[in-house]
Amino acid sequence: MSAHADNHAHDDNHGHHHKETFVTKYIFSQDHKMIAKQYLITGTIMGVIGVLMSMMFRMQIAWPEEPNVLFEALLGKWAPDGVMDADIYLALVTIHGTIMVFFVLTAGLSGTFSNLLIPLQIGARDMASGFLNMVSYWLFFLSSVIMVISLFVEAGPASAGWTIYPPLSALPMAQAGSGMGMTLWLVSMAIFIASSLLGSLNYIVTVINLRTKGMSMTRLPLTIWAFFITAIIGVVSFPVLLSAALLLIMDRSFGTSFFLSDIFIQGEVLHYQGGSPVLFEHLFWFLGHPEVYIVILPAMGLVSEIMASNSRKPIFGYRAMIASILAIAFLSTIVWGHHMFVSGMNPFLGSVFTFTTLLIAIPSAVKAFNWITTLWKGNLQMNPAMLFSIGFVSTFITGGLTGIILGDSALDINVHDTYFVVAHFHLVMGISALYGMFAGIYHWYPKMFGRMLNKNLGYIHFWITAICAYGVFFPMHFIGMAGLPRRYYTNSNFPLFDDLANVNVIITIFALIGGIVQIVYLYNFFGSMFFGKKTIQNPWRSTTLEWTAPIKHIHGNWEGEIPHVHRWAYDYSKPGHDDDFVPQNVPLKDGEEELQH
Amino acid sequence: MTALLTIIVLVFILVAIWQMVKIFDLAQAKNDSISGVATDKDNTINGYLMMGFLAFIYVITIVCFVKWGDLPLMSNSASEHGPTIDNLMIISMVIIFIVQTITQFLLHYFAFKYKGEKGKKALFFADNNKLEFIWTIIPVIVLAGLIIYGLTTWINITGVEEDEDTLVVELYAQQFNWKARYAGNDNTLGKANVRLIDIDRANILGLDEADPNAQDDIITTELHLPVGKPVLFKMRSQDVLHSAYMPHFRAQMNCVPGMITQFGFTPTVTTADMRQTPQMIEKVKNINDIRVENSKPLLAKGEEPLEPYEFDYLLLCNKICGKSHYNMQMKIVVETQDEFDAWLSEQKEFKNSLVN
Repeated sequence: MSAHADNHAHDDNHGHHHKETFVTKYIFSQDHKMIAKQYLITGTIMGVIGVLMSMMFRMQIAWPEEPNVLFEALLGKWAPDGVMDADIYLALVTIHGTIMVFFVLTAGLSGTFSNLLIPLQIGARDMASGFLNMVSYWLFFLSSVIMVISLFVEAGPASAGWTIYPPLSALPMAQAGSGMGMTLWLVSMAIFIASSLLGSLNYIVTVINLRTKGMSMTRLPLTIWAFFITAIIGVVSFPVLLSAALLLIMDRSFGTSFFLSDIFIQGEVLHYQGGSPVLFEHLFWFLGHPEVYIVILPAMGLVSEIMASNSRKPIFGYRAMIASILAIAFLSTIVWGHHMFVSGMNPFLGSVFTFTTLLIAIPSAVKAFNWITTLWKGNLQMNPAMLFSIGFVSTFITGGLTGIILGDSALDINVHDTYFVVAHFHLVMGISALYGMFAGIYHWYPKMFGRMLNKNLGYIHFWITAICAYGVFFPMHFIGMAGLPRRYYTNSNFPLFDDLANVNVIITIFALIGGIVQIVYLYNFFGSMFFGKKTIQNPWRSTTLEWTAPIKHIHGNWEGEIPHVHRWAYDYSKPGHDDDFVPQNVPLKDGEEELQH
Repeated sequence: MTALLTIIVLVFILVAIWQMVKIFDLAQAKNDSISGVATDKDNTINGYLMMGFLAFIYVITIVCFVKWGDLPLMSNSASEHGPTIDNLMIISMVIIFIVQTITQFLLHYFAFKYKGEKGKKALFFADNNKLEFIWTIIPVIVLAGLIIYGLTTWINITGVEEDEDTLVVELYAQQFNWKARYAGNDNTLGKANVRLIDIDRANILGLDEADPNAQDDIITTELHLPVGKPVLFKMRSQDVLHSAYMPHFRAQMNCVPGMITQFGFTPTVTTADMRQTPQMIEKVKNINDIRVENSKPLLAKGEEPLEPYEFDYLLLCNKICGKSHYNMQMKIVVETQDEFDAWLSEQKEFKNSLVN
């Protein structure tokens, strides 16, 4: 198996020296393309669970404490007579957040496309270590299984919010979900982090070492830049969350006091002394904030690539795009405190974090302007992937702009932990990253499965999703500005908010439609695997290397020699060429100048 | 029932979509050279839909601002620093509004204007340093302004000095209610730690019974504040994280077990005056109309109708804290100094509230 890493040994005798069984091909595969598909399908299944949960708690918010057949069917004893229990509401919110952020948008998005595209786009036979790659996927699978198992624990799954702030998450007597449910959550996340680290290290090493001849760093497609930098952020920040999780496990199970001090609960004083919950918040957000860039950067990379290809134009400002990825990556590690303006930390720190946080708007703005300019005077091919990319830019702008309110400590005081925040981050990293993921799936589906997705189903999927996304999250800003806190099981104890009840009903209806329309996508996704039209080798007429590889998946990606690279990835509509795209492996013509980018 | 009906409607919508797709597919099957790739017709239709979507974004923005824009956070602040925050909020919102309107227009308009046609060639336009410089420097200037304004405001809000004139009040959080502790005549809060809690003696906040400063402390379940007097809150929690959120005063701070956090402001409008503002009268009327409407099904079932709503300032818990997080609140009353003094004198001092 180590032959994969050795390109030369592989060139000559490809495909002859090892037999594939069902198990090595589909289950314990070390082939990056198969692992990518495994990530995608696992992520999709987790996504269905996460979205279903959000539909359930949205119904509870819109029609509080009303009996609901769906609750009765799905929640069983946690919805006696169909009325949702307050504890399980918090559990649904918690697990929805965890699943969507980590299992769908980190593993499902980054895991799928880093695996699929890094070797194919840089011209490598496979990842640097196929074995580690396989281990990484199976750890992810294991952590997914544990997370799902935690839903069936007697006292209920973790329900302290996806940020699991102690002491709530540390003390079983504070909340039903903080017993076995939280233990499984922590175990699952610890395994997830191990998986993520193995994956990230592999991506970094592969990009640095296995680029084909001619593929200099400044000729890399922006997808690869995004995956590469994402992996670096992951390696820097995930271990900090791991340490926080381990310390929390110690506090929970071995009586240490890292995060706990002076607690009186249920009639007794606990022995904990000297710890601080604020320390946990620092550790958590040291990962937690970079995490949102771990989620959004790959989506940005995919969107840049898809926009250029479908605009039939070079991406505008290639170097500025790379520079802004680097700037975002650097700044992302020094802004975590903006989640903690009202945590009780020194107000001076709040000033520092306001400053660094608002700075991040600059590279983000540059990216948005560059995408818009990429469309200018293009010849836009409105494939579903392109629609999702345009949708990405739209929601990224809408969601990103409200960041200048939340990043401003003085303003954050008043909208912190309200629905304003929920609306902001769902648009800017939830919906946007999902759009990036959908765009990537529609674009690279032919590469993954050798068949095309049905484009008309794609159009319907996009337009209804796009309307619902705005329908859900745009009004949500306003109930947040009215002061409605998030994570309330019902607002009926506050007559103050009675006039917002109808907004919540509107939001929920959009959410239900938006959730259900994803069935169209699932039908398209799974149906096209078997019944989709067969694809041609380069259906989108793209320049990058993956489209020079044969449709049929083979170990080592290319028959014969790996293509050499002679130009950057964005020679679309270049004057002097008959076609409106020039693949990267086409040598420069006599007298043709490579763009000085 | 509503939910069930909704689900049925949604199922019908799905079936309709499915049928539409089949029609699309049948109509297009012959024209496509490569199935699954957009044709000129797709480009045109989706180009127009992009403009439609732009209109949708504008409409939803206008509807939201008109229907729900006049909300407590944009007006009606009841603390001295409130208007500064509101100003900054409005300035930020205006900037956001302008940028949002322009960029969404450009994005969707370009998507419409440059929709693809067979045989057309795009402009090879890869770089322009001048353009990029411009749209780097504009955000830099705007953000510099916002940062400076924001930081000055923040420093003013958080830099509360404790002096003779300041009323010091402890806010005490526990699952799932709030307590307030006043310092009494000596204007000094007595020492306290949850380790000293003695439920049998009704020492519920863990005050140090030996501390002379603690003797005249007053523990209450309502928060009363004299208007116009700076108040500094010292916050404690006995079990998990809570957050003291007082939206009308533009104030929020977490309560953290094991440490004391603080936040200060000066209330400027009494509860009575706030109830008389035209905006509040309208809001309360609106809410009461809704409550009358919501009471009808209750009355039909022979239950009590909902109580009419009267405005009060509130302290809400705004950090997830467990099962009844959604019902952890305390009434805040802002009143004149005389009313405040009269109310306070009716409350029991700590030394008299203990059970021996």
